[in-house]
Amino acid sequence: MQFMLLFSRQGKLRLQKWYVPLSDKEKKKITRELVQTVLARKPKMCSFLEWRDLKIVYKRYASLYFCCAIEDQDNELITLEIIHRYVELLDKYFGSVCELDIIFNFEKAYFILDEFLLGGEAQETSKKNVLKAIEQADLLQEVSHVG
Amino acid sequence: MALKIVKGSIDRMFDKNLQDLVRGIRNHKEDEAKYISTCIDEIKQELKQDNIAVKANAVCKLTYLQMLGYDVSWAAFNIVEVMSSSKFTYKRIGYLAASQCFHESTDVIMLTTNQIRKDLSSPNQYDTGVALTGLSCFVTPDLARDLANDIMTLMSHTKPYIRKKAVLIMYKVFLKYPESLRPAFPRLKEKLEDPDPGVQSAAVNVICELARRNPKNYLSLAPLFFKLMTSSTNNWVLIKIIKLFGALTPLEPRLVYSCVHVVKYLGLLAMSKILKTHPKSVQSHKDLILQCLDDKDESIRLRALDLLYGMVSKKNLMEIVKKLMLHVDKAEGTTYRDELLTKIIDICSQSNYQYITNFEWYISILVELTRLEGTRHGHLIASQMLDVAIRVKAIRAFAVAQMATLLDNAHLLTGNMQRNGICEVLYAAAWICGEFSEHLENPMQTLEAMLRPKVATLPGHIQAVYVQNAAKLFATVLKSQEGNTDSTAAQETSQLMIDRLPLFVQSANLEVQERASCILQLVKYIQKLQQKDVEIAEEVNALFAGELNPVAPKAQKKVPVPEGLDLDAWINEPPSESESEDEQPKAIFAKEEPKHSRPRHTEVDEKELARRREARKQEQANNPFYIKASPSSQKAVYYKSHKHKIFPPCVLSFFTGLPMSDQYVKLEEERRQKERAEKKKKEKKKRKEKRSGRGKKHDSGPESEEDITPAHQVDIVTEEMPEVNSLDILYFKKSSKHKKKKQKKEKEEKEKKKKKKHHHHHHHSDGGGEESVQNGTVEEEEPLPVSVYQSSARHSVYDIQGNLQDGSQVVVSVIFENKGDSFLKSMEFNVLDSLNSKLQRPDGSGPHDGLTVPFQLPPGVSNEARFVFTVQSIIMPQKLKGTLTFIVKDSSTHEKLDFKLHFTCTSYLITTPCYSDAFAKLLESGDLKGSSVRLEGVNMPFHHLLARICFHHHFSVVERIDSCASMYSRSIQGHHVCLLVKTSGQTVSIDAKCDEPTLLGNVLDEIKQTFSQC
Repeated sequence: MQFMLLFSRQGKLRLQKWYVPLSDKEKKKITRELVQTVLARKPKMCSFLEWRDLKIVYKRYASLYFCCAIEDQDNELITLEIIHRYVELLDKYFGSVCELDIIFNFEKAYFILDEFLLGGEAQETSKKNVLKAIEQADLLQEVSHVG
Repeated sequence: MALKIVKGSIDRMFDKNLQDLVRGIRNHKEDEAKYISTCIDEIKQELKQDNIAVKANAVCKLTYLQMLGYDVSWAAFNIVEVMSSSKFTYKRIGYLAASQCFHESTDVIMLTTNQIRKDLSSPNQYDTGVALTGLSCFVTPDLARDLANDIMTLMSHTKPYIRKKAVLIMYKVFLKYPESLRPAFPRLKEKLEDPDPGVQSAAVNVICELARRNPKNYLSLAPLFFKLMTSSTNNWVLIKIIKLFGALTPLEPRLVYSCVHVVKYLGLLAMSKILKTHPKSVQSHKDLILQCLDDKDESIRLRALDLLYGMVSKKNLMEIVKKLMLHVDKAEGTTYRDELLTKIIDICSQSNYQYITNFEWYISILVELTRLEGTRHGHLIASQMLDVAIRVKAIRAFAVAQMATLLDNAHLLTGNMQRNGICEVLYAAAWICGEFSEHLENPMQTLEAMLRPKVATLPGHIQAVYVQNAAKLFATVLKSQEGNTDSTAAQETSQLMIDRLPLFVQSANLEVQERASCILQLVKYIQKLQQKDVEIAEEVNALFAGELNPVAPKAQKKVPVPEGLDLDAWINEPPSESESEDEQPKAIFAKEEPKHSRPRHTEVDEKELARRREARKQEQANNPFYIKASPSSQKAVYYKSHKHKIFPPCVLSFFTGLPMSDQYVKLEEERRQKERAEKKKKEKKKRKEKRSGRGKKHDSGPESEEDITPAHQVDIVTEEMPEVNSLDILYFKKSSKHKKKKQKKEKEEKEKKKKKKHHHHHHHSDGGGEESVQNGTVEEEEPLPVSVYQSSARHSVYDIQGNLQDGSQVVVSVIFENKGDSFLKSMEFNVLDSLNSKLQRPDGSGPHDGLTVPFQLPPGVSNEARFVFTVQSIIMPQKLKGTLTFIVKDSSTHEKLDFKLHFTCTSYLITTPCYSDAFAKLLESGDLKGSSVRLEGVNMPFHHLLARICFHHHFSVVERIDSCASMYSRSIQGHHVCLLVKTSGQTVSIDAKCDEPTLLGNVLDEIKQTFSQC
């Protein structure tokens, strides 16, 4: 996976994760372009589109779009599955997650993503393990915070 | 509280935390840019402070702003500062910021090398984890080169959490610094077999991605991956592996095979999932699935077998089974063969032999299966043989002939008697030959076969059946021989028995011994009588008289409890309180048997029952239904003596005189073709007739599932009936037996028209009024003699039952009985719907249309039809007016009959067992409203009274103490009805509680009415 973007229906970016090193300028350009393309698509249209030499896989959950860019040979369906798994993880962690959770705790959303994906590849497929790791790290943070 | 204060003060220390920033931005929608620039100024100030907490907070805010598109590269150094914090909280934020903001051209990255190395070797796994995660985003060739060794070490970290991350990040490192691949690869390969599935899947991922770039170098790993593929249960990993193979196949064509394999396996697995929801779509791939049976891979074959089970239909059953039989012959390895065998039987017997159209074919399949040596499933075949022979009457003659051949060839069947599971079929064979010996062509020969000395080597329980059934055969033989003038033959037969039986008397098996000695004495006595020229055959036959009818396990419920029989009274005082409670729901069955010593009230069905019971007792030991009732005992019998052993590959022994099942396939095909042809003829005729009226043509189209009529019918299987109907079973049986005869008679008597007035008969003698409270009684109004041709009086009994599945449905079973002399047809049943209750009519029909009764009634015949009503409110009783119209065949006149359906509140109650503690809880809950009723002058024992309430009003007794009992029932809409019945003298008081007072009042009224009639 090249990168993952979360943005709202209004086109506001909520989360971005880049697994390829790009300059800020490029990132911004890509983001703008993609957000426009994806938002312009009708709800009945399919979740995949080809964009430049990449494939874009996106899915809308409530008001949030989850959008991933994968390479030509990657599997779209498993990418959808990854998106869904990530949403499930957020949901488990925040308890029926909503957009505001992600806005206000965006660093947590990143931490969860980092436990789930690493370098653009799924590192842990077990939801339980991901959440356990996050919980432990949170605990550690709490301890070091108070101490 | 204290913690909150501390937290609060920390918060206040910061000028603005992330949440404040986000909130602020959301609140300044109009001048967002301005607001943010002030924020950035604040952040710049914060970054200048020494407090690392303030700095971290500032960096956190910057990360957010970066996402919004603001340039934060000027703060790169501060980010590195935060990353270097010793506290995890800040380190985490620092790394996050770095992973979001840094890219290859960020120059401060050079400064991070040592810090990252330090973090990687931190004793805290989360420090390491965070560093690895961050690194995965901003790794540069320099960092990769410098840190490759550290990361490689981490791949063998003790914690899987670290190992997994390290393995994944190696991919990034390889990309940036390809030289690291060679030294790291062996370790990476090792990780494919890591005990932790997470690490394993990480390694699969990395190698998969690497292989995609350069497949050639990874061919050597193919066997390893293949192993993983067959053992892994993780779908994500499986997908990756398949992808990897996809990359490798261009180089190694052999892999295509294994790839196809996996896809096949997954496909079949998926199909079996689809089959549950969309059987039709899978059925169309039958040929493909049959092909999979030829696959070399056993696991694929097994999956295909699973699928076949759900795919069979009347049309393709024979074909599929034929194919399976071929496989049985070819199969190597007993496990797979046994699996095939069970599947064949499962497939054929599913849903009460729904798909079998020709039972002769099925019997021969079963017989063919007995040739399998070494199978463990002899008992399965045996039970199928018994089941079919008993339930499919038409097949008995054929089955008996087959079984006799089996018995004759028993020596072929049982190479190694004791340990061979297949000899179980002899159990079935012996029983069938004995029980249905009247169909035997040469009973004498079979009798001899059953008394061969070699039989003594069979397992005990089979010998026992042999002995018992030899006696039955003996009876049959005697009967046939006694008609002859020469009595020597009969005497010789007795002598044969007397000669052979002692062998069994010596048996070590108690059961065999007992039966043998008993029968031996009997035969000796018979011989004596024979010598005096006494005709004995009739009496001997009487020993085994009585036809065995299939009875469903639930059938007992359908028989009304005879008056005077109290099912809940104790025969012996209960040993302990607790035990009796546990047994409550099963009491109806458990206590039935010993009852008939009591004085019985004369009722036909009771006699019938007693007769059956008598028959059952005689046959008890080898009656399959006796076994059926308690499956555990069946197992006990079957499993007792054989041990599971591996047997040499199948040796086929050939019997003479046994037809091959294959020929049935042809025969069946011919039969169907004939049928089809006939049908077409008929249709043509019809069409010809129609053509004159309409010019339209319609083709009969391809043969559909419904078109195939079975050659043999399975006997009535009451088990499958959805509702319990208290009366229909008796009527049902009668009608099915006599229908044909009556129809014939009807034809003969067609000419003799009789005009006879019939009075409306009530089923219960007490009925005089048009109304009755009892469920399942008559209530049809006398038709007025309007027509000259007096309508053949008809008589109907109906029963209203709630539908358990649907709280708004009741099923009304109406038994129509033609009491007149004319043939009735085109019956239409119609009810005037009320607001509350409506007759369910098929889609597309109007609200006043009648429903066609799906049968015609010859004179004197009765039949049952069911009608579904939807009911909204069940708290009030209701009467629906209805009419039945029909055509009297002889006169072709339309007749009409008015009737009323009385939906009592009782009919909405469903007998539901309730344990006393649950009952007590229900009463304590206080949700129920009370009401009570007093019955005077009830002159019957208390247990009769309870039985009456149970039977007529669908209650169950929860607990009974002396003259006091608690009872429970539930309505179809879930109302609880609780009764407390007390009796003193002739007064019965019923205190009742229910969550619906109106319903309760009506139920009580109905109970009162029941007792006012007696």
